[in-house]
Amino acid sequence: MRFEIVIGLETHAQLSTSSKIFSSASTAFGAPPNTQASAVDIALPGVLPVLNRGAVERAIRFGLAVGGTINRRSVFARKNYFYPDLPKGYQISQYETPVVSGGSVTIVTDTGEKSVRLVRAHLEEDAGKSVHEGLPPELGDVSGIDLNRAGMPLLEIVTEPDMRSAAEAIAYAKTLHALVTWIGICDGDMQEGNFRCDANVSVRRPGEPLGTRCEIKNLNSFRFLAQAIEYEARRQIELIEDGGRVEQETRLYDPDRDETRSMRSKEDAQDYRYFPDPDLPTLVIDDAWIARVRDAMPELPDALRARLVQAYGLTPYDAEQLTLSRALVDYYEAVTQALEARDAAAYKLAANWVLGEFSAARNRADVAIEHAKVSPRALAGLLRRIADHTISGKIAKDVFDTMWSGEGSGDDAADAIIERRGLRQISDTSAIEALVNDVLAKNAAMVEEYRAGKDKAVNALVGQVMKASKGKANPTQVNEILRRVLASGK
Amino acid sequence: MSFSSDDIARLARLARIRLDAVETNDVREKLDAIFSLIDALQAIDTAGVAPMAHAQDVMLPLRDDIVTREDCRARFQAQAPEVADGLYIVPRVVE
Repeated sequence: MRFEIVIGLETHAQLSTSSKIFSSASTAFGAPPNTQASAVDIALPGVLPVLNRGAVERAIRFGLAVGGTINRRSVFARKNYFYPDLPKGYQISQYETPVVSGGSVTIVTDTGEKSVRLVRAHLEEDAGKSVHEGLPPELGDVSGIDLNRAGMPLLEIVTEPDMRSAAEAIAYAKTLHALVTWIGICDGDMQEGNFRCDANVSVRRPGEPLGTRCEIKNLNSFRFLAQAIEYEARRQIELIEDGGRVEQETRLYDPDRDETRSMRSKEDAQDYRYFPDPDLPTLVIDDAWIARVRDAMPELPDALRARLVQAYGLTPYDAEQLTLSRALVDYYEAVTQALEARDAAAYKLAANWVLGEFSAARNRADVAIEHAKVSPRALAGLLRRIADHTISGKIAKDVFDTMWSGEGSGDDAADAIIERRGLRQISDTSAIEALVNDVLAKNAAMVEEYRAGKDKAVNALVGQVMKASKGKANPTQVNEILRRVLASGK
Repeated sequence: MSFSSDDIARLARLARIRLDAVETNDVREKLDAIFSLIDALQAIDTAGVAPMAHAQDVMLPLRDDIVTREDCRARFQAQAPEVADGLYIVPRVVE
């Protein structure tokens, strides 16, 4: 009997404030070790944390974006554990009453739309960083501690165990990533660790209660998230099929070996002994503050997706792909604004190009959309020439690459390149007939095959004609004319 | 509620403190006394009463999101037992 995979995700989004959550030290990335660690961050005795208004404001923004409840009163708690990168001996987090409760995120996968329910989102501080490599060897077996990251503001976002495959988990992580960057609460840089996921994975036979889960820590890329979930589910299924039992534990994914392994032994099972932090009274958020944040919210991806489907006739999938970043949607809409044709076919063509050639070129060049080599108006100029059959889609890709490489700029770059290189599509019937007759004369064997009933020979002949025209003949016309000439039995 | 010696040993380990047999007994007696107070509190019917996180009902003061702290590394690290390359050096920790 098949197993069902059950996944819940916990995501740490680093909030995009200038200063830390409880101190006024800078959050800038890449500073020399410990130069951005204040007395509060290194936990000198007698210091007190003071909460950053900007962090709370971002949490409210998130809560509103996911349709959650902004708790008017929430409580900071101490999560107690010992580790050298946590000098206080506890992390300030939220436990029983987080700043946001509930809400949901809508994901789109091959199998359709699905709502992933959120349990909560809470504010907490990050810990410092332990360094094990590159230390002076004469120091021996030691670790170095960098507390620049200590006190970085985090929003931990926790889902219900609503996902049933690695694909759904990825879709959720990408949608959440798009959302937090969209509403400007997190810059989303995964390499810098600003958006990292822990996955709770369990397996069960459909209809059974939830199985024992394992938590896989610190997955900082979408690819590793998928690989870790797939490996872990396989491990658990094999364990159960061999008559074993899954132990609840924390595991670490090793991308080099593509496996997860146990991080903490059972006797160290975490007991954080949470209690309300006496240094921080109750956080009170009033209706006026929430209203101010709501008024300043941008159009959200969900609403925008619905608008793209409605206004442009796009598929939910294309709309989803476009709304993975605000800049990409803005680019797409600028292209559509510059198009002459305002119909579903033109909008679909534009979406294909923005998500296809344009995104591929941008990824290859690794440049921001704002700095792309082909402007929306220039791309619209190219699409116009595909729509009016001046060039084929295939030639258009060459023209696009030429535009991207910087040859010809301005809104009419495509027209200039088409003219200069003589790429205009051959739609002249007599010219195509001449090419067809020439190809038929040279390929008597293929013609015989066709006559003998092998219809597929036509495709090879079309290919020959296209080649003879250097790709410039209108393929639809070539097909028609070829069939007509062959049928006439000439 | 009464604590066993194992409970005390576990709490001591979580708190990273070392207790000998006499101390363990002493701590156990004190914790038992504290928990008898908690038992008394538990007996009160609190249905419909909002949980209280703090003894004082004051609002949490907030700070504007402005960086004002300058780099104090040299001063802080002057007090550290061992530093190298700007890092605090501690006995090796590996997960």
